[in-house]
Amino acid sequence: MNTPSPILSVADLAVEFDMRDGVARVIDDLSFDLMPGETLGIVGESGCGKSMTALSIMRLVPMPPGRIAGGEIRLDGENLVAASDVRIREIRGNEISMIFQEPMTSLNPVYTVGDQIAETVRLHEGLSKRDARDRAIEMLRAVAIPAPEARVEEYPHQLSGGMRQRVMIAMALTCRPRVLIADEPTTALDVTVQAQIFDLLRDLKEQTQTAIILITHDMGVIAEMAQRVVVMYAGRKVEDAPVDELLLNPKHPYSQGLIACVPHLQAVPTVERPPLMEIPGVVPSVSELGRGGCPFAPRCAQAMDRCRQQMPPPSTVAPGHQVACWLIDETRAA
Amino acid sequence: MAGQDDILLRVEDLKVHFSQKKQHLFSQASHVHAVDGVNFTVPRGKTFGLVGESGSGKTTTALAVMRLVHITDGQVFLGDIDIGGLEGEDLRRQRRHMQIIFQDPYSSLNPRVRAGDIVREPLDQMEVGEVASRDERVGELFRLVGLRPEQQALFPHQFSGGQRQRVGIARALASQPDLIVCDEPVSALDVAIQAQILNLLRALQDEFGLTYLFISHDLGVVQYMCDEIAVMYLGQIVEHADRISLFTEPLHPYTWALLSAVPSADPAIRDRSDRIRLRGDPPSPIDPPPGCRFASRCPFAESRCSGETPALRTIRDGHAVACHLVGDDGVPPQRQI
Repeated sequence: MNTPSPILSVADLAVEFDMRDGVARVIDDLSFDLMPGETLGIVGESGCGKSMTALSIMRLVPMPPGRIAGGEIRLDGENLVAASDVRIREIRGNEISMIFQEPMTSLNPVYTVGDQIAETVRLHEGLSKRDARDRAIEMLRAVAIPAPEARVEEYPHQLSGGMRQRVMIAMALTCRPRVLIADEPTTALDVTVQAQIFDLLRDLKEQTQTAIILITHDMGVIAEMAQRVVVMYAGRKVEDAPVDELLLNPKHPYSQGLIACVPHLQAVPTVERPPLMEIPGVVPSVSELGRGGCPFAPRCAQAMDRCRQQMPPPSTVAPGHQVACWLIDETRAA
Repeated sequence: MAGQDDILLRVEDLKVHFSQKKQHLFSQASHVHAVDGVNFTVPRGKTFGLVGESGSGKTTTALAVMRLVHITDGQVFLGDIDIGGLEGEDLRRQRRHMQIIFQDPYSSLNPRVRAGDIVREPLDQMEVGEVASRDERVGELFRLVGLRPEQQALFPHQFSGGQRQRVGIARALASQPDLIVCDEPVSALDVAIQAQILNLLRALQDEFGLTYLFISHDLGVVQYMCDEIAVMYLGQIVEHADRISLFTEPLHPYTWALLSAVPSADPAIRDRSDRIRLRGDPPSPIDPPPGCRFASRCPFAESRCSGETPALRTIRDGHAVACHLVGDDGVPPQRQI
């Protein structure tokens, strides 16, 4: 089979943080590929390393106390982990850009939105002030902000939450990046506005062929937006599958739990409402990471002795579907 | 609507307006119409859901029911008592019958007070039960919400988010209230923890016959938890129905848009071709224009929509809608094309 090469490839990534009582490995052994034009979802609870993965790709891990302790992040073959700061600054906001969760805190309140969008193109493409302003207006129009000529002069506080997130998207896309990382881009927004933002992202992706990494905790969002999903738990990838495969046939008990524990909106609600499936306990804290064994074992109803002693390696259960769980071995042996 | 059922909460023509600071010296005084003429009843032992986007007035309605904001106009009856009219000591005595669980378990517990004392406080404040039996009651409440007795000695920061919400639930249960207002009780919690809290709330309802007024923006949660649901838009109820009819046959275009907007893991919803998308943001609730408040975003709006205010009318048993365009036969505009 003739497989295209990935635009972004993360291999054996490890991120460590210095803690008061030693070193915590917040990302461990993480590998995944992002294909050109693909939307890859990353799901998991808070504290499982989703956002840290995004920050690592942007080389924004706060150092110290954090550092990328191993592995590679390749953008079109170029290893970003080894790249110089100057080179990273060329890439950031230009070839890879990011949309953050809270548009109010990630926009600068004392500059107009036009200036903030223009800054990116002036820096990366060396446009003049006037041209950069024209580009800013063009981008605001592209993200469907009404009256962009007027809005370009406004400050973030004059815009609604949905508008601010549109401005963030406009900023992220001005340089036509090859990879866009969206970290919970709609959690602060109402559903009707969220739907508008997703439509916008889908349209823009169609036009620009930008590959998207979408970080979320909402399986519904994954189902609507992504082609492939990586499920993370405690800094590790536990499952990686095409989206329909994961939703219909999740293999890892954590993925099964994540799907079943939320009451999904049903087209035809049933009269009976059985109790929801619970995932007992909570995500381990960073100081508990890396103790050997599967990190999910303490919360897993099906955990065996082996799970508590040895880390399960990723194994392929179907084409493009990987799971890191000892139960897979059990079912195969049976 | 509930007919001969035992009605616990009755809200009649409730209005909550907040006056706005004048922008400049000669500007007109303006008012935020947070809640503008809301009517509903909640039968005892049931869960009544209020849904809507931010700014729709769902939380303000709940706070008004709890007498935590000033009621501009209208009545709120808990059983036979008009709690809207109570003041001072009478109101304080009535509070043991109605309690609230807040959205954010981080800011709604006093960080300097031990969990056991947080749960005990309503017992002391409202003089519930004998003083000697209160410690035992606190222990029982901890057990009911799935916490261990020794956790009474801990401070809020020593709990996880889900456990904190359990402390909040224990505090709400302490005075054995009839009505519990749940204001977005799971939206601040991690997805995997939400199920634990929702299951707990339903189990407690079964055990004690509690009545919930349940506020949420998450339609999946509302569909799972609520028996009856009112959809709010800019301070008014636009649709009101039981759980099954609201989700299978939504009548108001706004309800339909809201359901269309929810990203869904259910392919039956995702592949629906008749989903509609709204443009823009909800208009400001400051001095709203006459007519239907949804008219400016409604894809079906006609000229009369921005002129006349549609009344909430019952289309069929237990299903009411405020929309000019829903035919008397109950065919909503989104089905007429």
